[in-house]
Amino acid sequence: MMKKIDVKKKMIFFGILVVLLLLFSVFCDYLTPYDPNEQDLSIAKQAPSAEHLFGTDRYGRDMLSRVIVGSKASIFSTLLLVAIITVIGTIIGIICGLSGKVVDVVLMRIADIFLAFPGLVFALAIAGVLGGGLHNAIIALAAVSWPKFARLARSQTLAIKEEPYIEASKLAGTSTIKMVFKHILPNIIGPILVTGVLDIGTMMMELAGLSFLGLGAKPPIAEWGSMMSDNRSMLATQPWIVLTPGIAIFVSVMIFNLFGDTLRDFADPKSSRRK
Amino acid sequence: MKKYVIHRLLQLIPVLIGITFLTFLMMHFAGSDAITEMYADKGAVSQEIIDAKKAELGLDKPFIVQYLSWLGGLFTGDMGVSYVSGKDIFETFISKLPATLLLTLLSIVATIIISIPLGILMAVKQNKVTDYILRFCSFIGNSLPNFFVALVLMEILAIKLHWLPVVSTGISLKSAIMPTLTLAIAMSAKYMRQVRAVVLEELSKDYVVGARARGIRENVTLVKSVLRSSMITIITLLAISIGSLLGGTAIIETIFMWDGVGKLAVDAITMRDYPMIEAYVVWLAIIYVVVNLIADLLYHALDPRIRLGDGK
Repeated sequence: MMKKIDVKKKMIFFGILVVLLLLFSVFCDYLTPYDPNEQDLSIAKQAPSAEHLFGTDRYGRDMLSRVIVGSKASIFSTLLLVAIITVIGTIIGIICGLSGKVVDVVLMRIADIFLAFPGLVFALAIAGVLGGGLHNAIIALAAVSWPKFARLARSQTLAIKEEPYIEASKLAGTSTIKMVFKHILPNIIGPILVTGVLDIGTMMMELAGLSFLGLGAKPPIAEWGSMMSDNRSMLATQPWIVLTPGIAIFVSVMIFNLFGDTLRDFADPKSSRRK
Repeated sequence: MKKYVIHRLLQLIPVLIGITFLTFLMMHFAGSDAITEMYADKGAVSQEIIDAKKAELGLDKPFIVQYLSWLGGLFTGDMGVSYVSGKDIFETFISKLPATLLLTLLSIVATIIISIPLGILMAVKQNKVTDYILRFCSFIGNSLPNFFVALVLMEILAIKLHWLPVVSTGISLKSAIMPTLTLAIAMSAKYMRQVRAVVLEELSKDYVVGARARGIRENVTLVKSVLRSSMITIITLLAISIGSLLGGTAIIETIFMWDGVGKLAVDAITMRDYPMIEAYVVWLAIIYVVVNLIADLLYHALDPRIRLGDGK
């Protein structure tokens, strides 16, 4: 019992951190000490100092401001991506779970192929085909990441499909759509949401990775991954320009991972005891 | 056994056709092509030259014709020439494989050496200081993007300490150290946790308690029984990792200028070199089928109760 309360406290704490991070990225435009896009070559490539905590880049733009503004593109596109794959995966999973054999087999076979292929590599191919841009990077990663959620939703649906209350509701003449929203979804959504939250960190890194390769966000949009690759050549002389956005990714991923881990422990106390 | 292997290898054909068709379809709908990309930066080139060039490569033909002729080529061993360099695709691709194979081998070995002993240590010392420290390290490792790790290593080992070359100077062990380390850090962070979890699960089983009761040394039980039974899970994980490593670690190879297939793929993708991208996709399909087959054969070898040829 003590343990459970402990986990709950931890979860609330990390939950607040996540909320703060989100608020930070919503209001990032107002939080910058300087205009993130203002170029001033007279102060280019300055080392971190009291005026410019993270230094300045080769155009004299304040790195701290750019990292702050970068949170919008990096964090929101990740959340959008996770939302897309969760919803699509869940819909496909429920369809597989409820429908007959043929649809189920076909969809799950497709899911298997996507699951088995190295995700980022395949996303890379899709992003390459679609061309660069943050939107296309999101589509590419979504295309390879939904099967995990589909599998989960399917197995959950199959597990509760035979429950007496579902049978009863079926006998009472409830339509399938209504049953999905009223009985199935509320009962299977927990584990799916937990998986979704646990996925945010990974997705953020993969999205930043695509941007780093030039297949995601493109300059002048401030995005952490593309900021790092953009300035890569300056690693030897001005490492802060390259490394500060990386630290920002690391911190955000860590916050989401901490929240995800405690959320899982809270939702499934057994897994935390095993840990 | 032989029949089973052949049956599984035959599965390669539908996977191959499905996946290459999808890629072709996507490339077709994406609109742009190698010729458009090539001339995009070169200012005004007359439409006739572009059209002539496209006709030469067969890019003006209907989609399905293009695909079928490419597929026909594939099964007769001709993968065409690169739209960009004009070189033979197959030869170019094969020449990049050794680098990727070497990096895969080194980083998997490094990962096994790091994560299996540490994972077992974590499980044995469950909830003790050692466990907490290692779990913390694993957590940090899991939250670090690999390109960030790569750049930090570069900054420290190459630029500050001058121990290693900044970027690869050819396929040598010295150049391989940083990419290997980068990959091993990320994978070990993940594997340590998994090894810990499976070992903990095994340790709680009755036979371990029994062995303990009979006074068998803990180390003997660990190595002889627990590790062996945990192997199946570990191999499943390794199979997935090896699969994605063989696909070339695009980011790492690009950062360290390691001349493998991942970098080749990124270059082909940015240049829209379709035949090269297709060659890469074919390679991915081969890895997928072969790695899964080997994993299944290993399961059978480790635990003969797992039958081959069941179902699929």
